Amino acid sequence: MLHLALFAFFGLICVAGAVNLLVQRHPINGALSLVVVMASLAGEYLLLGAEFVAAIQVIVYAGAVMVLFIFTIMLLNAGEEERTKGSRVAILLGVPGVAIGSLLVAWTFLRNANPESVSIGALLGDPQTIARLLFRDFLLPFEVTSVLILIAIMGAVVLASRPGAIVRPHGEPVEAKQQEKEGPQLVAAGREH
Amino acid sequence: MSITTYIIVSIIKSIAVIFVLLTAVAYSVWLERKVSARIQNRWGPTRVGPFGLLQPLADGIKFIFKEDLTQPYVYKTLYIAAPMIAVVFAISSIAVVPFGNSLDIPAFHIGPWTIGPISTPFQITDLNIGLLVILGITSMGVYGVALAGWSSNSKYSLLGGLRASAQMVSYEISLGLALIPIMIRSGSFSLREIVNAQQHLRWNFWWPFGTLAFFIYLISAYAETNRTPFDLPEAESELVAGYHTEYSAMKFAMFFMAEYANMVTVACLATLLFFGGWLGPVFGPPILQMFLPVIWFCLKAFFFMFLYVWVRWTLPRFRYDQLMAFGWKVLLPLAIANLVVTALWEAARA
Repeated sequence: MLHLALFAFFGLICVAGAVNLLVQRHPINGALSLVVVMASLAGEYLLLGAEFVAAIQVIVYAGAVMVLFIFTIMLLNAGEEERTKGSRVAILLGVPGVAIGSLLVAWTFLRNANPESVSIGALLGDPQTIARLLFRDFLLPFEVTSVLILIAIMGAVVLASRPGAIVRPHGEPVEAKQQEKEGPQLVAAGREH
Repeated sequence: MSITTYIIVSIIKSIAVIFVLLTAVAYSVWLERKVSARIQNRWGPTRVGPFGLLQPLADGIKFIFKEDLTQPYVYKTLYIAAPMIAVVFAISSIAVVPFGNSLDIPAFHIGPWTIGPISTPFQITDLNIGLLVILGITSMGVYGVALAGWSSNSKYSLLGGLRASAQMVSYEISLGLALIPIMIRSGSFSLREIVNAQQHLRWNFWWPFGTLAFFIYLISAYAETNRTPFDLPEAESELVAGYHTEYSAMKFAMFFMAEYANMVTVACLATLLFFGGWLGPVFGPPILQMFLPVIWFCLKAFFFMFLYVWVRWTLPRFRYDQLMAFGWKVLLPLAIANLVVTALWEAARA
């Protein structure tokens, strides 16, 4: 009973945050809603008994990744979203489409569901167990993942240090051909104010 | 202990701990003003009460009565929410900090009721991932600063907010990595077990890898709480007042409280992880034996608060690029090297 109540509580906050992320027009509000989603996911992990994963979810996802998201939004000074005719059509078609799709998925899951359910804290989520799994049983995937992350870091450094990557301080725009090659540009902070 | 007793005891403990924390925050402001004054060869607050001890009360009343300005072009929701976010996360981390052993109250009678023997630890809750929870809460504290800087819609605030949050995120990494050798030695994330592994004066401070870990932790924590020598984001001569430029009265007081509450958390963590927490000579009758560890803990935490103030008024501040270079190019490699050597040493020993 308590399990169901807590699961519904965290689940509702998660879904409400996700819907709010789509509904909000300003990206900062969307990013903050995503933080709420991450934090409620951490609550769900705690319910499963994976306390280490829950703590790492808060530290890494909600506390570092989303901070960098918010950095980017602050630096790019992204304004409010504008509602064009195309986006209204997308909303008109998209919302019923997503509703039907999620109902289909839910129906498929419930049809093949296991009649037993997981109780609170059923998983062995203590750090010792996770350490044993990561560093003994699944060592190769762990090392391959860390090499993948290293490649991503090196790629980011290379992209950021290319000649046209940063807009010059006096606001001279980078050439159009170069601009479409690079990704989002770093705008000098406070230039617009 | 029945469930009702447990709930009532927990509520009383929470209220007591929060009350003590907020008083400590207010009086750490007094400590800072007095110590900084003495370092600068002047008196500090002496008028309000003996030794200026009622000065925090006067400051509190001043903040309540001050005019609360709200600039017209701020982003209202986040402008009002940012100080609240900062304070909430600064105060929450005291929930897993243990102050002493356990409080044992034998059964006693009030009229017809018997209040049974109560044995409760000097801690609001003892999580087995306590240290990770504190790290998570401090990493969420960056939001208060970043959102305050952005929502104030002003040059100085935006730059100060960006600088402060970039600095906090960078030094969080070396803070966490510096604490991992301690976890390797203690075998647990639970703060109570980390302290219990330091019995018989085997403090982590003079364990060889622990000394280096302590200094990396201390420097990273000073940068994390935006205190000199790392306080460029809120330095008066550089950025007016950084991310809290546009805040006045109670909202500014909330940022102030958040900063000192973070300092108290860092001081408590430093004593727990490196200086044996509440361990110290215990003697006397049982009631003294219960409270003496708490007194040792408070004395050690007080030393770290004093160290914070001492360092602030002695050292000049870093320039921002020096600060970031130091964090990424010196502290992070040192912390990683410390971790690798500790792990190899412990693996070779086992």
